[in-house]
Amino acid sequence: MSDLLIKNLRSSTPGLTIQGLKALDLVLHGTEITVLHGPSGSGKSLLLRAIADLDPSSGEVWLGNESRVSMKAHEWRKRVCYLPTESAWWFETVGEHFPRCDSIYFTRLGFEDDVLNWKITRISSGEKQRLALARCLSRSPDVLLLDEPTASLDEQRTVLVEEIVSDYSKHRNVPVLWVSHDRKQIKRIAHRLITIDSDGCIEELTEKKN
Amino acid sequence: MNVISLSPVDLTIAAALVIVVAMLQWRMRLGNTKSLLIAATRTILQLLLLGMVLKIVFAASNLYWIALLSTIMLLAAGREVMVRQKRRFIGSWGFLLGTSSMFVSAFSITLLALLVIVQPEPWYLPQYSIPLLGMLLGNTLNGITLGLDSLTRNVWEQNSIIDGRLALGETWSNAISDIRRDSIRVGMIPIINAMSVAGLVSLPGMMTGQILAGTPPLEAVKYQILIMFLIAAGTGMGTITAIVIGCRRLFDDRERLRLDRLR
Repeated sequence: MSDLLIKNLRSSTPGLTIQGLKALDLVLHGTEITVLHGPSGSGKSLLLRAIADLDPSSGEVWLGNESRVSMKAHEWRKRVCYLPTESAWWFETVGEHFPRCDSIYFTRLGFEDDVLNWKITRISSGEKQRLALARCLSRSPDVLLLDEPTASLDEQRTVLVEEIVSDYSKHRNVPVLWVSHDRKQIKRIAHRLITIDSDGCIEELTEKKN
Repeated sequence: MNVISLSPVDLTIAAALVIVVAMLQWRMRLGNTKSLLIAATRTILQLLLLGMVLKIVFAASNLYWIALLSTIMLLAAGREVMVRQKRRFIGSWGFLLGTSSMFVSAFSITLLALLVIVQPEPWYLPQYSIPLLGMLLGNTLNGITLGLDSLTRNVWEQNSIIDGRLALGETWSNAISDIRRDSIRVGMIPIINAMSVAGLVSLPGMMTGQILAGTPPLEAVKYQILIMFLIAAGTGMGTITAIVIGCRRLFDDRERLRLDRLR
């Protein structure tokens, strides 16, 4: 797909604005995983939500040469998909949450075929997190905004998720913005590392890979 | 047949029963004692006031008086819808959403009933127009209150689900569809119940009144059927209007869920 261009973006969520959070200027390139790192409460999720247009914000975001405001909000979010740490499930079974039932990600994420019939009330938080990623990828987004997508997973599953996301990114030329606290994970996946400190200063630290 | 006139003693006996319930509630620490007593007192004062006002309005039979009285009834109903919400829309929306929905439904249906169905002479004859409007407003108020309360409460509690659906690229309308459907259903429950058990379990209030006043039962039944249908239509239209507009108001032009528009 294309690069994601973020110009002077600042979340303006009523009642939740973080004091001193600087505006974000950033270009996310296709096939690159950019890790966003910083203490809790520094506004990482707010930034991701602002990019996905889930919260009011000032500034501009462009996907390639298409501006965010030029398309309907739900179309934007379909293409620029925000995956929250805590996923929401509203139907009774897993399968009802998937528009198509041919998601190849089930097997890759370690699920059997009968996962579609599982009751939502009976799945664990780790399973929910993996299924939420499958649900997000099955909609074929052009940009991934992942908010601690491996927070409830063991090490083996964490690595699995990292592989799936980086394959998706590489094959489809999709930029990824990934919030992570885990030093080892950052080392494994980050092409670029961006930190926010508790004062809201945003800084690009290193070029880890390539 | 003449109506048996009620003496002050008769009303006192009925009032004593309410006081017994209030005392029970107080002794058993069930709370609510105060709101029961306030509501009972309001009934006495408001109905006495209405009785006196109606005496004047009936005597004058003047369209302007009737319009004024109708407006007051509408504003009172709108206020009642607003204060009974646990979470309500901030600003003028809190009042206007319910009030305008009731205006659209209750007023237009009352007008239709007067001009096309009952056709009293003149069409605004207060003996017909005021009770009709009152019954429609009272019932529509119930539907809208229940529906809006269900809408705002559910949106507040399930905001992460709506947000999650939005994040997956669903339209705002789709993201709130379950809650919208439920809220309209909740608003319609009272009138559907009333129609289902009418005559079997309950003798509807208006029919009871007419029979007590000496109307032949079948005449009273015809009026009651008319009223029930008018109420069902009014409640349905009013609830749907309020819920549909309320749902839209919960999202902004970029289809974001705006809980800050509630309090």
